[in-house]
Amino acid sequence: MLIQSTVFYFFSAILVASALAMISVRNPVHAVLFLVLVFFTSAAIWLLLEAEFLAITLVLVYVGAVMVLFLFVVMMLDINLAKMRAGFARYLPVGLLVGIVMAVEMAVILSRPAFDLQKPQAKPADYSNTQELGELLFTEYIYPFEIAGVILLVAIIAAITLTMHKRTRAKRQSPARQVSADRAERVRLVSMDKE
Amino acid sequence: MITLTHFLVLGAILFSIGVAGIFLNRKNVILLLMAIELMLLAVNMNFVAFSHYLDDLAGQVFVFFILTVSAAEAAIGLAILVVLYRNRRTINVQDLETLRG
Repeated sequence: MLIQSTVFYFFSAILVASALAMISVRNPVHAVLFLVLVFFTSAAIWLLLEAEFLAITLVLVYVGAVMVLFLFVVMMLDINLAKMRAGFARYLPVGLLVGIVMAVEMAVILSRPAFDLQKPQAKPADYSNTQELGELLFTEYIYPFEIAGVILLVAIIAAITLTMHKRTRAKRQSPARQVSADRAERVRLVSMDKE
Repeated sequence: MITLTHFLVLGAILFSIGVAGIFLNRKNVILLLMAIELMLLAVNMNFVAFSHYLDDLAGQVFVFFILTVSAAEAAIGLAILVVLYRNRRTINVQDLETLRG
């Protein structure tokens, strides 16, 4: 029990500190790296909650794909940092006030005894979270699962069509026009006198 | 002893940091997207905590779907951002006033 508390408080401290650092650092690249740290530590906390599959998914999908995408975009765009930070000091009081008030309100509500559940019975050693989750996904939640696949397909198509750059100066052939060409528009027969 | 309240309060703090991040970085679209990711993470944290303490895997299935949708959202958002930058040479929210917003 003591070990669990220690691990929880250790990772929570890192989590909150790096989240605060993420919203306050000057450089967007550093902000992305702090968000990576946030995802890593919350994966550790999910491991504490015995959600092994989701913890690994968070690291592989989020840190491995989404955050690298963010990093690419941040490094690709040439951003005027000074101009971006102009309103920071002005909005700091109201931002802090809203954040602290929200956190305190939610903490007050959440510390009611109704939420004070104790830890459930520990699972046996051969229990597999991934297997249970997979069985649930492929039976009870099969339609939502397939809809999730369609959503990802839509995202792929949308992202590619948005960012694909049609170069007008490049010379390339158009197969459709080549195939649809017929004799009448290419060949002209002329009758000439003999010379 | 760690109870459900600990994890829920942790999620609440993360969510509030995300909201404060939107207030503080309201000029930079990339940081706005990242603050939204932080808020989604807080929601996921609540789902996983409830799933564990109520011993019901449905919460983890929901987290799976939220991860899918937010990955799609991030991809499309960043694609829009790249197109925006290509056309307007800025990602400052205050310079994006074509719609008179």
